[in-house]
Amino acid sequence: MLTASHVHKSYRKGGLFSRESQQVLRDVSFECGRGECLGIIGESGSGKSTLGRLILGIERPDSGSIRFEGQPVEDRKVRQGSLSAVFQDYTSSINPFFTVEEAIMEPLKLQRKDQQYDACKVDVLLHQVGLNPSYRTQYPHELSGGEAQRVCIARAISTEPKCIVLDEAISSLDGSVQMQVLELLKELREIYQMSYIFITHDIQAAAYICDSLIIFREGQIEEKIRIEQLKDVQSAYARKLLQMIIT
Amino acid sequence: MTMLRNIWKDKLAAISLSILAIVLTAGIFAPLFAPHDPNEVNMKLRYAASSWEYLLGNDHLGRCILSRLIYGIRPSVLWVLAALAGSVMLGTAVGFVAGFFRGKVDAALMRVCDVMLSFPGYVMTLAIVGIMGVGLENILAAFILTKWAWFARIIRTSVLQYAESEYVRFAKAAGAGSFHIIRRHIIPVTASDVAVVASSSFGSMILQISGFSFLGLGVQAPTAEWGMMLNEAREVMFSRPELMLAPGLTIIIVVSAINFLSDSLQAALDPKLRTSTSKAAEQTSAVSAKQLLGREVA
Repeated sequence: MLTASHVHKSYRKGGLFSRESQQVLRDVSFECGRGECLGIIGESGSGKSTLGRLILGIERPDSGSIRFEGQPVEDRKVRQGSLSAVFQDYTSSINPFFTVEEAIMEPLKLQRKDQQYDACKVDVLLHQVGLNPSYRTQYPHELSGGEAQRVCIARAISTEPKCIVLDEAISSLDGSVQMQVLELLKELREIYQMSYIFITHDIQAAAYICDSLIIFREGQIEEKIRIEQLKDVQSAYARKLLQMIIT
Repeated sequence: MTMLRNIWKDKLAAISLSILAIVLTAGIFAPLFAPHDPNEVNMKLRYAASSWEYLLGNDHLGRCILSRLIYGIRPSVLWVLAALAGSVMLGTAVGFVAGFFRGKVDAALMRVCDVMLSFPGYVMTLAIVGIMGVGLENILAAFILTKWAWFARIIRTSVLQYAESEYVRFAKAAGAGSFHIIRRHIIPVTASDVAVVASSSFGSMILQISGFSFLGLGVQAPTAEWGMMLNEAREVMFSRPELMLAPGLTIIIVVSAINFLSDSLQAALDPKLRTSTSKAAEQTSAVSAKQLLGREVA
């Protein structure tokens, strides 16, 4: 369903006339099937968030392509309603001028659906992410981290997308809330039959929710592995990563 | 509507808003409000003190000072407002395009701004007035030409900051177009910055127009303008200092009203500050109530 083939990306260093550039992604190819949960694991600076931005079509790859059901993700009509995202920083992921209701409605409004239908939809969505309808009129600064992240999830699933990119979606939450959100994500995935692309540095969380993992290092795919075979990783780097968690 | 209600809660802002509303209506309907013709010379009443017929007295040609003040609102406030709106709109448009689209567009626009900003504002205005001739419209044109780059710079910085935020990234990911993002996300969050920058330079523009008229480069002789009135009063500064009071105080009051209003506008626009100010207000009122009680006991 979502395929990336030979994606390269580099950023220009220095000023206007500088020719120097830093390669961030090198020949990245992978595929994420319908309903699959694909984890992308890597250290900070390994280029995994850049990959997330490319998948969401916010930036374009230098070469190679990312296609969603055969069509390029750079075209926003392709993304509308079928691709969505949850980001790390819950403090800035909802516009401070929007109420919870407006924030959740935003992607729906982009699809230009019936207003009447939307009004009760917000209640349903809030209920699904475990918040009660009284949150509708609240502003983001009145929410706690877990609540804000739940609102972000409600916003992401509002159009019933086929695929959600979760870029460090639970990393800035504290332990018990992380677990609750992970459970929530698991439940929602069963309800909506969505694919997740779960970008994180937390291999435990990834192992909990994902079907398969991509281990990412210095802009390249080090290894792809099914979660059941996680202990049989081949590459030295992946072994080291696992070792660090076990000990 | 909620914004208006919020402003209304803040006493200082309410007063400033009322003052500005009165000044603007008085300026627009000047012939209705002014008790006399502002240019009517009456040599018998030279330097007359205030009377029931001439509330603020008469100037060196016996003209009614109150009427001149009211007619002076037009060039001093209304036209400055128009010039400000022009330059803010130009600057905002450039700032939004540069800050939102980045890259080459940004680099090109900002170099143009740098060139504009490298001339000192006053010198540029003087040069334009020197080329195009003396007159209010030329000064206003010069203001638009010199100020927009400054607005563009400030607004670009503010846009840059918000264009990177995650709600904008989400909107992009969800397939929103640039126009939608600018209208729904960037404009509301940068509005307070724009308001503060615009209002602070509104004050300085009023003072500059008055300054240029004072130098004799702006509004020409019989037309009433606040800076001109100050200039006329200057000649008798030591014998009749009270003549400076009326235009001087009006300028001070209007400029401060604008500054106060912009301050609380920022608070009224921002949902975060909205709640905290109301809480702070409750606290202070609680404190003052306690103090009052204490005094009664004492």
